[in-house]
Amino acid sequence: MTTSRSDGTTGPLPVRADGRTEPYTPGRRRFLGYVLAAPVLTAAAELVPAAEARAQTPSSDTPSPQIPSPEITELVDLNDVMTAAALPTSGLITVEVNPDGTVSFALPRAEVGQGITTSTAMLIAEELTVPLDRVRVTLADARPELLFNQLTGGSNTTFSTYTPIRVAAAVARGRLLRAAATAWGTDVTELVLKDGTVTGPGGRRVGIGALSEKAASVRTRQVSVDLKPRDEFTVIGTPHNRVDALAAVTGRKTFTMDLAVPDALPTMVCRPPTINGKVGSVSNAAEVRTMPGVTDVAVVSTGVAVRAATFGQCIDAVRALRVSWKPGSAEGKSDESVLRTLRAAELPLGPPPLTPSVEGTFTFHFRSNSALEPNCAIADVRPDRAEVWSCLKAPIVAKEAIAAKLGLPLGAVTVHVTEGGGSFGRRLFFDAALEAVEISRKIRKPVKLMWHRADDSRQGRTHPMATSRVRIAYLGDTVLSYRQRHTGVATDLSHGLGEIFTALAAKLPVGDIGFSETFFQLSQSMPYDFGVNSRLLSETDKSFNTGSMRNVYSPDVTCARELLVDRLAARMDKDPYRFRHDFLRDDRARAVLDKVAEAGRWGRTMPPGTAQGIAFHSEYHSVNAVLVEIDCRPETVDRPIRDGVGGPRVTKAVIAVDVGLAVNPRGLEAQMMGCLMDGIALTLTSSLHLRDGYFLEASWDNYFYTRQWNTPPELDIIVMPPTTGKPGGAGELGVAASMAAVACAYGRATGTMPTSFPINHGTLSFEPKPTVPPVPASPADGLDHVR
Amino acid sequence: MPEHTFRLNGEQVTVDVDDDVRLLWVLRDVLGVTGPKYGCGINVCKACTSHLNGKAVNPCAVPVGALRPTDEVTTIEGLPATAGADLHPMQQAWLDQDVAQCGYCQPGQIMAAVALVRRVTDEGHEITESDLDGLRNICRCGTYVRIREAIRAGADAMRRL
Repeated sequence: MTTSRSDGTTGPLPVRADGRTEPYTPGRRRFLGYVLAAPVLTAAAELVPAAEARAQTPSSDTPSPQIPSPEITELVDLNDVMTAAALPTSGLITVEVNPDGTVSFALPRAEVGQGITTSTAMLIAEELTVPLDRVRVTLADARPELLFNQLTGGSNTTFSTYTPIRVAAAVARGRLLRAAATAWGTDVTELVLKDGTVTGPGGRRVGIGALSEKAASVRTRQVSVDLKPRDEFTVIGTPHNRVDALAAVTGRKTFTMDLAVPDALPTMVCRPPTINGKVGSVSNAAEVRTMPGVTDVAVVSTGVAVRAATFGQCIDAVRALRVSWKPGSAEGKSDESVLRTLRAAELPLGPPPLTPSVEGTFTFHFRSNSALEPNCAIADVRPDRAEVWSCLKAPIVAKEAIAAKLGLPLGAVTVHVTEGGGSFGRRLFFDAALEAVEISRKIRKPVKLMWHRADDSRQGRTHPMATSRVRIAYLGDTVLSYRQRHTGVATDLSHGLGEIFTALAAKLPVGDIGFSETFFQLSQSMPYDFGVNSRLLSETDKSFNTGSMRNVYSPDVTCARELLVDRLAARMDKDPYRFRHDFLRDDRARAVLDKVAEAGRWGRTMPPGTAQGIAFHSEYHSVNAVLVEIDCRPETVDRPIRDGVGGPRVTKAVIAVDVGLAVNPRGLEAQMMGCLMDGIALTLTSSLHLRDGYFLEASWDNYFYTRQWNTPPELDIIVMPPTTGKPGGAGELGVAASMAAVACAYGRATGTMPTSFPINHGTLSFEPKPTVPPVPASPADGLDHVR
Repeated sequence: MPEHTFRLNGEQVTVDVDDDVRLLWVLRDVLGVTGPKYGCGINVCKACTSHLNGKAVNPCAVPVGALRPTDEVTTIEGLPATAGADLHPMQQAWLDQDVAQCGYCQPGQIMAAVALVRRVTDEGHEITESDLDGLRNICRCGTYVRIREAIRAGADAMRRL
């Protein structure tokens, strides 16, 4: 095979060991795709082509910082590892052109609100030159052949699918043009494909739907394609509204519990009063079984399952059950006892430096990653097969675990990925799916399992409590070293990321360490010229149900770092913004920082009790800076809020973000807005209180996620022009800098650096609900509150 | 089992279910009307917000037996018809501002917004920052700022109806 290249060279393409040709990468990029044997045009690409692998080993031409500060994340980061992990094994993704002129694509990822169905449709619309509203993106069922490559996490979706999806669309485009050329007896170069229609000499026109069967192939063959150059983009990089917006605002968007699976009746579980408690005995199961609507009562590994005609009747049955409980996994533990455990597990910062230094110790309490849609799943388990519906970000791991639990072959288990009502880390796990299959098998009926909000809050996964100790040594105007020791309750990474890191840890330049530490090192970075840099993670205590919440370690680690940066700047008599500007190593980093300082009028005069804060974070090949203004005056802090927390109010936020290339700037703005709300909650209002082996919070009137009364009335989000030309991660990117900026602003407004998060954790702002029965009664006074 | 009858999205419906089953489950589990979402079951998250005779109500806290035959329950599915259009102006404002992320809370947010606009209009004033601060519907994706913008735009459009 010979090809000409834009750099003027020609010749055979390099051939890989497997005999296939390797695309030539510099200059004009050629990519390999496939046309699959199918009745209608079906184009495909490997989800992660080898040519796109970015993981590299350290090399001597890596730009080295002025002060030796080895940064693993500059060489290889989390996204690279996830991408590299998929290389040898990835299957194909397919773009199908339908006879009605629409284009179908089954995305092997989970849409949980982050907008990836929209950005994916945009990639296809761009490369295939069809109108966006003709592209139908659905979520693929679990596809075990994709191995590691069907995991939605690490803000990796667009990063890893950007090229393969376009390659598949480009293959389809080429086939459509060729089919039209053949039909009309013309040359492909005389044809134009635009807006889903091919136009030829003499004004001939044909829609892609009519070409679909002609363009189909009777055998699967490999083809090479060029991708549209970036300066010809008309869809990518321009703001688009979400493709699922109409469904969302009309109530037609279908979530797991909205599905009508035959005979899958509402099912709930009566859960223990302490974390992971077990059923001892049930004294009134027969009686509860006769309650209105109830069809089944069964003891399962997590509690006592009830199935009924309505969820309301499930709630009544759960409340009526009389259960004796065995102890849980965190019996007797409290915030105080866990903090003592963490302190004992902290790795030493080392002897005090001989030079001046600043030092701080920060505590981050347990937080809930409950989404608004609680844990839920539908399961229909038969003796020889099982079918499951749930929003799953790691559906392959879920499928394997379900098959193993049921003792069924993998092929007998079908796992459908439904659209999720939020994730924030929760949907990486499949607790509800596993529980639903256990119940369905036990009672031999289909079940629609839902966790009550109280279950979701008290027995659901939590973002681990952690401490972070930071020391920065300096001399004159030079920062000599940065040390951070992060210690947390163990984060459960067993959803598949864990497998990736276990599999690859030995191949990475991080030495022989476990995958939590590997993950920590890969996900953290030191953006400042701070000399010798060491960050270490220590994890302890596996008695909790943990999971990360919208980013694993970064919000806490960055918040601690940025607070100490403010302290160091003050010690060196420098302005917090100027200090960051002078010490940031990267031009992209400085650009976003400068942008928020300018747009947010950094340094403007503000009344006492109010202040600005500024912070920076980089991850996922993306950078962002956040500037906030906060009002900590008593009349604001103490404003009356019914069943909620007021507290300091962030009155304004300015966010600048550079993801390299924003596929959908409007979607990126939405993600940054959500990240800001998370950051505000993490610093000011939201945490779980652990007491006597259970969390006190049982609902949204106890767990104070950001509400309208905490929302900044002014918000300015600036999406920077494309820099790297490749999309970096975005979904979790903005939480860390937002949390840190709010903390820094709070410290400057009050004159006291906050060291325990959220700042209101010491005050319990609600009356805890009982633990027995485990769910509160359904109120009956709704008509009194109609307004 | 007792029969209950009420009006739902412009039609008289009759259900055969116990008095104390909350309206949310009658809508979702009995009638298959799934626009109103469950988020707490104790009337704090407001994801199920619908209208009762034009005002905001939370079906998770209303026993079906408390409804009268003439009571008009409107869910997100029935909202467009109240404006005589395919989409209510507030839904259009939501689309224009591209508010929804996961979308789970949004039917409740829109129903709460429409009721708020009707209330302040009855009280004879414009929507204030304080009115917006007073909205209790949780959005765990944090779309609050776009919600505020959409409500202002939707209120303007509703006045032009």
